[in-house]
Amino acid sequence: METNLIREESAGKARQNAGKFQAVCQKIWKYRAYYVLMLPAVIYVAIFCYAPMYGLQIAFKDYRPVLGYLDSPWVGFKHFISFFEGAYFWRLIRNTFVITIYSLVAGFPLPIILALLLNEAQQKFRKISQTIMYAPHFISVVVLVGMINLLFSPSFGLVNNVLEAMGMERVYFIASPDAFPHLYVWSGIWQELGWNAVIYIAALAGVDPGLHEAARIDGASRLQRILHINLPAILPTITILLVMRIGSLISVGYEKIYLMQNDLNIEVSEVISTYVYKRGILNTNYSFSTAVGIFNNLVNIVMLLFANTIAKKLSDTSLF
Amino acid sequence: MKIRESKGDRVFEVIVYIILCLLLLIITYPLLYVVSCSFSDPTAVGGGKVWLLPVDPTLAGYKGVFQEKSIMSGYGNTIFYTIFGTIINMVVTIPCGYALSKKEIPGRNIFMAYFMIIMYFGGGLIPTFLVVKSLGLYNTRAILLILGAFSTYNCIICRTFFSSLPKELEEAAEIDGCSTYRCFFQIILPISQALLGVMILYFAIGHWNSYFNAMIYVNKDEYKPLQLILRRLLVEAQTNAAMMESGGASDEFAAEQYQLAQLLKYAVIVVSSLPVMVLYPFLQKYFVKGVMIGSVKG
Repeated sequence: METNLIREESAGKARQNAGKFQAVCQKIWKYRAYYVLMLPAVIYVAIFCYAPMYGLQIAFKDYRPVLGYLDSPWVGFKHFISFFEGAYFWRLIRNTFVITIYSLVAGFPLPIILALLLNEAQQKFRKISQTIMYAPHFISVVVLVGMINLLFSPSFGLVNNVLEAMGMERVYFIASPDAFPHLYVWSGIWQELGWNAVIYIAALAGVDPGLHEAARIDGASRLQRILHINLPAILPTITILLVMRIGSLISVGYEKIYLMQNDLNIEVSEVISTYVYKRGILNTNYSFSTAVGIFNNLVNIVMLLFANTIAKKLSDTSLF
Repeated sequence: MKIRESKGDRVFEVIVYIILCLLLLIITYPLLYVVSCSFSDPTAVGGGKVWLLPVDPTLAGYKGVFQEKSIMSGYGNTIFYTIFGTIINMVVTIPCGYALSKKEIPGRNIFMAYFMIIMYFGGGLIPTFLVVKSLGLYNTRAILLILGAFSTYNCIICRTFFSSLPKELEEAAEIDGCSTYRCFFQIILPISQALLGVMILYFAIGHWNSYFNAMIYVNKDEYKPLQLILRRLLVEAQTNAAMMESGGASDEFAAEQYQLAQLLKYAVIVVSSLPVMVLYPFLQKYFVKGVMIGSVKG
């Protein structure tokens, strides 16, 4: 009797589940066109993003192309350990952080200041100067580094011509390890200053003019209004962008730095990403290089989560 | 009621304009200098006589650029990669953004996660390289068109844009018996010109300016895009030249050749950047729009 009841009950449930399943299937069939529209992206991501993730296993193996992914022998954390204990480890970490922290400290506040200043200018002047300030953003990295090389060239470069005209000695900037971080960071600021201000200018456009009106009636000066109305208004935007920047503090894009490297400044210009490229692609140390890449990626994620948590605690604004 | 500006505010305004003008000067001067040098006499450039305007104008540099075969073939390649690469980008990214903007489709969150994960975690350089090699795409033109075909960030911009469109349009079309595809191609895309403009520009400029993928995946000379040729001319040659220089130039003929080679660099910078530099002021409203769509969280 009892068993019968249970049996009936479970049969009912099964029928219900089957009904649900059928409903979902019907829904999927109804919307099938949308899945087809997604298909190219799904396939691309599977092949060029997820398949390489499967390949990450070679970081824990001694990968040999003849043996393939599966048959190469496991070696555990050997490559990670040899990276941590290697002569380059601390140098890479130091170089990477010097460049990213310098870029962050010097480069992060400037677009905010620029946006606040541009917001004070008349609309016509603002529009024209914005257009002009975007220009360097559209120059390719290769051309940018080519320009640095030309302008800072020891024999005929503009900067050295100026130095000489002022009665100073010519300096071989491009090969100088001391000059390298400054050249790298400030050329980046020159290139992206105008562009990075766009997002703040957009945020400033949303500030309620009524607030300014009220503050003016109360006798607030322009500077006071910038500091107490405009700046707080764009603070959430600033927080989000800062969290994202901190999340990539251990990543220096290889595209530009690789072009700026030479034998004389390599001591300060070798960073993790260029090291991965050289050891991996040029020296075909696939497993070792992949291990270094994984380390880099993990540190990124940890720092992003860390920055996000802090932002959440301090300001209620966060990326996720 | 008009409130009169105080004296302090007027001084402040003047300071603002001074700072902005200084910034404009710093940003534009290097660009103007390069353009001026490219039109100047090689000895004037080498002798440090060019400050703002061209000295003894000549087209020698540009002549050199157009005689250099590798530059011209690189230019052709870059145009090819930019046009077809952008088409592939659009075909992969835009429909996906549209589909993801539909909240009612089952499994949407799974797909979102599928695409979001790759923003934070990936295989990295070497495993990607190995996948490309195993697919037989190493050293082909195709890989430069395909790689980077999809970007989650741009897809999210598309999704945000499409979800801001009025729903009634599609509902009305559906009642009239319009299929999803037709609705997408004939109703949604035509009213999404702003988005399409932004995306085409983002993608096209990305293709025009990139060199790293080509450096890794292609080593046949006839496949190389302009930026790789520029790298050889501007970066590698420069480092060698600078090292030679510090040893001192030998004779007059060598010095002259050397100066001409320098002039060619200024000219090639102008020639390679010109298309983008001429286009962007007309299209910048789209760029700015893109940044704004992208900044909406969702």
